[in-house]
Amino acid sequence: MQPLAKLLEAALFAASRPLTLDELASLEPEAGEAAVRAALAALQSAYGDQHGVELVEIAEGWQFLTRREYAETIERAQFALRPRRLSPAALETLAIIAYRQPVGRLEVDEIRGVDSGAVLDKLVERGLIEVVTRGEGLGRPLLYGTTPSFLEILGLKDLEDLPRLEELSVALRRPTPVDEPE
Amino acid sequence: MTSPIIRDQTGGGGGGFVVELEKFSGPLDLLLHLIQEDEVDITDLPIAKIADQFLSVINELGLNQAADYLEMAARLLRIKAQMLLPRHLGDDEWEDPRAELVRRLLEYQQIRELVDWLGRAAELRAERYGRGYEAPPPPADAPPAPLQIDLNDLLAAAERVIALIPEPMLHRVVPRPLDVEGATARIQALLAKRDTFGWSDAIGPQATLVDVLSTFIALLELAKRSSLTLSQAEPFGPMVIKRATPREAA
Repeated sequence: MQPLAKLLEAALFAASRPLTLDELASLEPEAGEAAVRAALAALQSAYGDQHGVELVEIAEGWQFLTRREYAETIERAQFALRPRRLSPAALETLAIIAYRQPVGRLEVDEIRGVDSGAVLDKLVERGLIEVVTRGEGLGRPLLYGTTPSFLEILGLKDLEDLPRLEELSVALRRPTPVDEPE
Repeated sequence: MTSPIIRDQTGGGGGGFVVELEKFSGPLDLLLHLIQEDEVDITDLPIAKIADQFLSVINELGLNQAADYLEMAARLLRIKAQMLLPRHLGDDEWEDPRAELVRRLLEYQQIRELVDWLGRAAELRAERYGRGYEAPPPPADAPPAPLQIDLNDLLAAAERVIALIPEPMLHRVVPRPLDVEGATARIQALLAKRDTFGWSDAIGPQATLVDVLSTFIALLELAKRSSLTLSQAEPFGPMVIKRATPREAA
């Protein structure tokens, strides 16, 4: 293996979270981004299916993760904690924020048909969403967006990994404004 | 996805069933559930039937904690009433009173589909472990860490204090007025001579309990007047008495 690939392997092994391309490139500033990308690809194929862990592109970065087939055994042995499931209310709120960000609480309430203040607070506390800006209008409402942790717990590379709305089986009819008859 | 627990009341007519409220994440979820149960077209909602079912479920559940559900019930009844109003034949201006509700239901149905997708993605991710387990950071508004007091330190401190008192005088009932003025004068004399000195210097040799109390009150009073500052390098450490400003002493 090339020295650069070995260096990246060491850094990714030491980190307990995904490392971004920028972070990995900063290890060897002279190498350049293209070389780091090539080394990552080499590393990924070197791990191939020969190892119990694999190099995964996740949350706008890279991370070594155990292979899926060992999940049950590792969990049974209690070496590692399996993350707690998110409640349907939390997932609903996350789905709305992921697709409408930046979005305020009023819009989330309106789409879900229930008060979402407590759920929003909990998601902020867990670091899955954050206040990204303030909206125009009365009281300059807080607008929320998703964080890298959101991508991480869903195993997504980036927001582009989310299904496109056109792919869903329920097509959302373009809202024809109710107060404006054609 | 929610999987409502439904107990069929065998023998009962259509719509007679009990649903547990916690199983639904809101009134839209319950509405969608009823629509799917009845297999009706969401875009051509049989509003009268759905409204009646919705109301009967709400009644079964009791009305506490269900403000959002009540609001939806009121909305359904208003739409039901609007549907009954006569309309002019061939009136192009007529708007379907259900339109807004149907739009919201479709939008919500789409969110539910995304919820399924996100839930599956999270499940798959949870099957692969990363390196190490990071405990979540403590909340920002957590109380300060508790003071650590070693019992031996406490006992040693108590011994030092007791050693300074010639004998316990708890049994004597002789009134001994505190001599704060005297202590103040003594401290001011010390301040004139030295920049800093310690607690044991302030109380002097062979101090009685009354001397200790008088000196302490005098120190606090002088600190209040900014003649001196009191400090401790660490909790329960020795007290350092320091002259505040040169002009005060002058």
